[in-house]
Amino acid sequence: MSHRIDPCRRAVARESGTGRAGARPRRTLLRAAALALPLLACGGGGQPPTELILASTTSTEDSGLLDVLLPAFARAHPEHRLKLVAVGTGQALTLGERGDADVLLVHAAAAEAAFVAAGHGLERRPVMHNEFVLLGPPEDPARAASTPHVAAALARVAAAEAPFVSRGDDSGTHKKELELWMAAGVEPPAGGWYLEVGQGMADALSVATERAAYVLADRATFLSMRGLLDLVIVVEGDERLFNPYGVIPVAGARNAAGARAFADWITGAEAQRLIGDFGVARWGAPLFVPDALPTTAG
Amino acid sequence: MLEILWRSLAVSGTAVLLGVLVGLPVGVAVGLGRFRGRQLAVALIHTGFALPPVVVGLLVYMVLSRAGPAGHLELLFSAPAMVLAQTLLAAPYVAGITLAAVQSVPTDVRLQARALGASSGRALWAHLREARLGLGAAVVAGFGAVISEVGAVMLVGGNIRGETRVLTTAIVLETRRGNFALALALGFLLLAIAFAVNLALTRIQQGGRHQPWAAASSERPWA
Repeated sequence: MSHRIDPCRRAVARESGTGRAGARPRRTLLRAAALALPLLACGGGGQPPTELILASTTSTEDSGLLDVLLPAFARAHPEHRLKLVAVGTGQALTLGERGDADVLLVHAAAAEAAFVAAGHGLERRPVMHNEFVLLGPPEDPARAASTPHVAAALARVAAAEAPFVSRGDDSGTHKKELELWMAAGVEPPAGGWYLEVGQGMADALSVATERAAYVLADRATFLSMRGLLDLVIVVEGDERLFNPYGVIPVAGARNAAGARAFADWITGAEAQRLIGDFGVARWGAPLFVPDALPTTAG
Repeated sequence: MLEILWRSLAVSGTAVLLGVLVGLPVGVAVGLGRFRGRQLAVALIHTGFALPPVVVGLLVYMVLSRAGPAGHLELLFSAPAMVLAQTLLAAPYVAGITLAAVQSVPTDVRLQARALGASSGRALWAHLREARLGLGAAVVAGFGAVISEVGAVMLVGGNIRGETRVLTTAIVLETRRGNFALALALGFLLLAIAFAVNLALTRIQQGGRHQPWAAASSERPWA
């Protein structure tokens, strides 16, 4: 299956063969870069493993989960050299659409379904989920903690006009938040109590602490910053707060066999166990719940 | 860490080298040439100073993407792709400062050389020798612009560990991870590298003089 040449060697071979006269500066540049730098991109000779590009979201890389998963995959499948490109969800899907990534690990259920339906992906398989939590000041001025349902809790926050910090950056967390406001029957949130910060999760949590505000956060970021924050969990465990991750082998991938192998591996027993164990030692609680195998739960 | 540092130097160093190969002749030609549209060329080069790295990265991505015109090269998410993007960023700096440097040398240097019987090539060489302080500054500025940029290398390199992770992309990653101390340490490392490289370049630029810092102002007021 893998009769691909080493990409670097191929690039050099191709480029040195095209000595067309009057090449435009950009071509010349390209050629110079391709010729001058094989040593940077390629280690040495020998039979290189096939390159496999995984596009995933920054959350998986930032949490450190992939630092655990990728070496394990390399041990299980030494024939594939996996390269992780961690980007935003939208960018990951675009990379797949253009054929620049072989396999995707993302969390955007609706967009993933559309991606597969449009023929860009072969299938979407559930891998794991993490959870959002509604945080608030310990005094809980809106008495939002009196309900286990996040939509009802948000309705209470809105009714009390208690300060609420929104990411406001079109991130996955922000999209989730807007979805939850809609479920709460408050749309679009408006008024002085609703603060859009347009920043990352960590910044939003800092602002929420300063303003004694409610905020929606992923559990991983909250756990990692807990010591710096004056915020407590107001609602957790509501199914609406789940954030499911799926794996999608890209249709027509450059390394289709590798994409398939990765999808099979990450939904298999070893990876699912690693996912379930991740974070327990450091945070005292798992950050992700494996979803691929029904038996791994509990 | 050392490997990331080495890759930063290799990528940005190569990019500046290529940027000099492109920018220096362009800067000299525009600086000394008399042709129609010259002012436009100068303005365009100076506009290049304002090129957002992420836009250059996006353009290079579109070209190198599998769905793009140069997709068959399979260079996306590789060090050569990062070099290409940074070359495009460095070249305008090199060209712009080169053109200012060669313009600031009095033209009688070349006229004198010609009068003394030098060929036009030798006369140009004499001119460039006079402008060498400014040309050194062009290299320094180009290097500073690319070693510190993150938008382009993040996009076309992908920040792949062990392959395309450089100091700036590592700083972004560690900041996102909340490891502010490590991110800051990497930032200081980057500054230290820039300082070391600039010191070395300054030595070359001011070559052999006993008072390198005083020389520029006292002997060559135009530089």
